Parts: sequence; C-alpha cells; structure tokens
Amino acid sequence: MAQSIAYVRESSEPEDLPPDLYQGAVAWLKTNLFSSMASSLTTLVFVGLMIWVVPPLVAWATTNAVWAAPDGEACRQHQDGACWAFIGAKFDYLRFGSYPSAERWRVNVTEAIGGAVILWLLWPNARRRGIAALLFFFAYPILAFLLVHGSERLGLPIVDTLLWGGMFVTLLTALVAIVFSLPLGMLLALGRRSQLPVVRLAAVIFIEFVRGVPFITVLFMANTMLPLFLPEQWTPDRLLRPLVGIVLFSAAYMAEEVRGGLQAIRRGQYEGAMALGLHYPLMMALVILPQALAVVLPGIVNNFVGLFMDTTLVSIVGMTDFLEAMNNAFKDPVWSGPSVTTTGYVFAGMVYFAFCYSMARYSAFVERSLAKGRSA
Amino acid sequence: MTSGELPTRRDQDDVAIAFVGVHKWYGSFHALRNVNLRVRRGERIVVCGPSGSGKSTLIRCVNGLEEHQRGSIFVDGVELTRNIRRIDEVRREVGMVFQTFNLFPHLTVLENCTLAPIWVRKIPRREAETMAMALLERVKIPEQAAKYPGQLSGGQQQRVAIARALAMSPKIMLFDEPTSSLDPEMVKEVLDTMRALAEIGMTMIVVTHEMGFARQVADRVVFMDNGEIIEINAPDPFFDDPKHERTRLFLRQILH
Repeated sequence: MAQSIAYVRESSEPEDLPPDLYQGAVAWLKTNLFSSMASSLTTLVFVGLMIWVVPPLVAWATTNAVWAAPDGEACRQHQDGACWAFIGAKFDYLRFGSYPSAERWRVNVTEAIGGAVILWLLWPNARRRGIAALLFFFAYPILAFLLVHGSERLGLPIVDTLLWGGMFVTLLTALVAIVFSLPLGMLLALGRRSQLPVVRLAAVIFIEFVRGVPFITVLFMANTMLPLFLPEQWTPDRLLRPLVGIVLFSAAYMAEEVRGGLQAIRRGQYEGAMALGLHYPLMMALVILPQALAVVLPGIVNNFVGLFMDTTLVSIVGMTDFLEAMNNAFKDPVWSGPSVTTTGYVFAGMVYFAFCYSMARYSAFVERSLAKGRSA
Repeated sequence: MTSGELPTRRDQDDVAIAFVGVHKWYGSFHALRNVNLRVRRGERIVVCGPSGSGKSTLIRCVNGLEEHQRGSIFVDGVELTRNIRRIDEVRREVGMVFQTFNLFPHLTVLENCTLAPIWVRKIPRREAETMAMALLERVKIPEQAAKYPGQLSGGQQQRVAIARALAMSPKIMLFDEPTSSLDPEMVKEVLDTMRALAEIGMTMIVVTHEMGFARQVADRVVFMDNGEIIEINAPDPFFDDPKHERTRLFLRQILH
C-alpha cells in the first residue's frame, strides 16, 4: 500500500450478552463442581456422604427426638432420638448451677446489662464507644460483683461462690480472662521489648515460664500454691484463684501475639512519632499498639476462642462451669440414660460453637473494616 | 534561654542550632567527627555529600533520634542531653520530614496532622482540625483530608508529612532526603512546598541531592564526607568554585 493511513473507527461495536456457559447456575456448576474428572468424582463422593450422614442426624435431632417428658423414661425407650426434654428440665441448672432460685434474677440482670454494654462496645460505628468502654471496664465489674455476689448494704443476700455454676460461671471466667489478659499481655509484650534489662528479663522469665507449663499445672498452682504464699486472712476466694490462673496463663500467650504485632511495625513509625514530640506512653498508645494489634487481630481472637474452651478446665479445681454442670446433670437418676448423655454433649457443643463462631465472625468483620482504610 | 545554667550567651540568641565539637559513634564506627556548625534563625542550610557521609546522622542528632557521644548540641538554646524530658521539649519545636514519609497508616490525613497538636500541645480538637486544614490547604491537598495515607501518591504523602510537622508550629524544620524515594514527576511538588516554606523564613536544614534546590534556596551549603564537614559556603561559590578537592570530586560525580 502506498498510502499508509492511521486506523479510524467508523461505527461502535454493539453490546452483546456473554455466551451461555459463561455465567448463570449451569456455568457455576460446571466451573466449581464438575470442572474435571477428579473434581466431578469428589463432588459425587461428598454428595453421597451427605446423603448418608445428614438425614439420620436430622431425624435424630427432630422427628425421633423426645421434646417433652416429665422424666427420662420416654428417652430410655426412644434411644434413636435426642432427649431435648432433658435439656429443658435441666436448663436452669445448666445456666445457674446451684445459685439459689430466688436470687437468680440477679444473674439474669447482670447478664442482660453485660450483653447490652458489650453490644454497645462492639457495634460498628456506635456512638460514644468511649463511654461504653469505661462502663465495661470499670463500672460493670463492680456492679456485676455487687449484684451477683450480693451486698448486705443493698439488701442483697450474699451468695457464696461455692454455689455459683453453669453457663454463668463459664461466661464470667471467659470474660474476666479476656478483659484482663489482653492489657496484661500488652504490658508484658512491651516489657519484653523494653530497653531496661531488668524489665525485659522479668517479662521474658514470666512469659517463658508460663508458656512452658501446661494450663492444668497453672490452675493447680493457683489453687493450692496461692493460699500458701499469702497470709491466712487473705486467702483468696475459691473462684478467684482459678481466675487469676487463667488470666496469667492467657496473658503470656497474648504477650507473644502482641509482640509479633510490634515486630511488624517499622522503625520509621517510632521515629515519626518521636519526632513529633510524643513521649513513650503516647507513642505506644496512639501510634504503635493500634497498628500492632490490627496486624495480629486474628491471632488474638484465636487466643480468645482457645481461652473460651480452656474455661472448661476450671472444673478440675472444683468450679462448676457449664460443661461440669452438664456432667452433674447426667448423674440425676431420674434422667440418666445413654441418649441423655449424647444429647447433653451435642447441646454443649452447639453452645460452645455458637460463642466461638460469633467471635470468629466478628473478628473477620473487624479485619475487613480495618483493611478498607489502610490499603490503597 | 530560660534558666541560667544553660551555656547560651545573649549574643548568640540568633543561633537556632549549634553543634560544638560533636562526635558520634555507631559501635566502633566513627560516624561524626568533630562537627562544628552554627545555624542562625531563619537560615536555610542544605547538607550534601556521598552516602554514608554522616549527613542524615547529623540532622537526626538535632532532635535526638540519634545520640551523640561527645561535644554538645544546642537547639533553640536548650542543650540536648540524655534527659528524655529535654529531648521531648526539643522535639516539640523541631519538625522533621523523612525520606520514607513515616505517616501513620491507621489514621486519616487529617488525624495524622492533628494527633500531636491535640495530645502533645493540648490544643482543643476543633482548633487543631481548623489549623490542620489550613496547613493542608497550604501544601495544596485539602481535598485528601479524609483519606488514609495509603490512598495517596508519594508526593502527596510527603506533603502531608510536611503539613503534619508544621502542625506543631515548629521553629526549625529538618528534611532528611525528602525527595529521594519519590517518582521523578512528584519531586517538584514537594520541592515547591519546601520553597514556599523557605520564603516565609523558616529555619531549615535539608539533606538532599537536589542541587538545583540547593542553589536556589540555600543560604549556605554544607558538604560532608566521611563524618566530617569538608566545606561550607554560599551556594554560588560552592557550586561554581569549590575549594576542597573532595568537594570538587563529589560535584563532578553528581553533576555528570
């Protein structure tokens, strides 16, 4: 061609629909479930497995189940179904343990207030979260103690911690452990990175010692050793001892988690903060820790979930947590039977799962909203 | 200049920064060797030299990010000692802009600029925000106030960093290679911001390889090599007629 002319479009291409096997239900099936021989086979095996497992499970939990019964007789006759009647009959015991029936409203009120404050604290973009935090960390513990333990001056009879039990103790233990172990863990992590050798050494010894010992040992230590070290009139409450143990134990793990986050923060962040005249506590509180905690949030929540599970171990030092209350309930001869035990453990599993899964979901949500702001 | 124990003489009141026989070691490496330099108020100093010559170390000593081991440094009449209170006092009056910006990624641009005024200067939030917006206006990015640093270009981030430092109303500004990690097309916007700052009489020490900027803005150019100050001169004689052999060599290398 002699004349070389630049290309100029004369008409636009019409907009067209994508081919059939590109989107829609069939396309999804093809790309995700039957993309190859192996994937088709896997899909079929799993579908088969579900057909084999799920219907009997559903039947066990619903159609074959005993929903209401005055005692365990019906459950003993229908052993192929769950015994939900047992859960219903023992529900109050599972929640409160041996807490006196007449005073249980106090636990209910405490739990309701706690739930409301936590909701306020965790609700995205809630107003005045600072107040919620103050309430939760300072006012609520005092109020909860006065309500649940009782106070002569307020006209609330004192309920000895020996009587506390059930879900209420599990929640209490988990909450105390979570609320105290994170700040303590943060202090330990900062201590471990301190420039003062004595502080550093103390933090390292504590963390490594606690991490090197099984949780049960820590619990026994807290239970039997703590009273030995303290003067007799100071002997801590039977409930307080394992609480101290669980807080110290999880603080050590939390410290290592936070330390990981601190190590992810570049030196420039410290220098930027210092150059602005922020002193160490301000620099840590406003610049370094918020970033470090955001980095290790999944790990921290993972610790919280583990902690929630670990609360079941407090039963070995004589506390009646939810699972222990369940075990006690099995011993009732009126109800005892094989399907009762199965039902009880399935129910307990569901309850623990509900708590832990919601923690995991919430942390995933927080991670997403943190990621929105930071990355480009 | 408040208490009599400080060895500042009245006739040196116009001295913003004074290095007197300063030595600094990193381990056994002698990083600063007998540095003597007086920076007057309102003076613009550009420090240049090959990498590893100690120029960054020099300005990082001014706000105590690095510690010197011998000699003394006076900033605005206050001697830098190991006393952390006194270092913080100096840091409040000395703004610093880094090569890597060092903005706080978890805070918005506006929050970056108000953090220190609110928490260190105890300025009410409203007032701090008004002031920060005025500064962002000055560095020409008020529309980015609600964004996070990660959403801005390098040049914009560095201008935010300048605004953040200015929000503390510092008497002295330090720039540690502020354009070295920027894409070429963004260097000018940062240099322009610094030029504007120089025009209003800010005391500045700038470590940079931007020789055009040095010639245009600096009152004096300081050339360092091997931890020592080799030559100090006004920009025109410095570039046109360098006296020391090492200065000549350095200028030949960077000006091609």
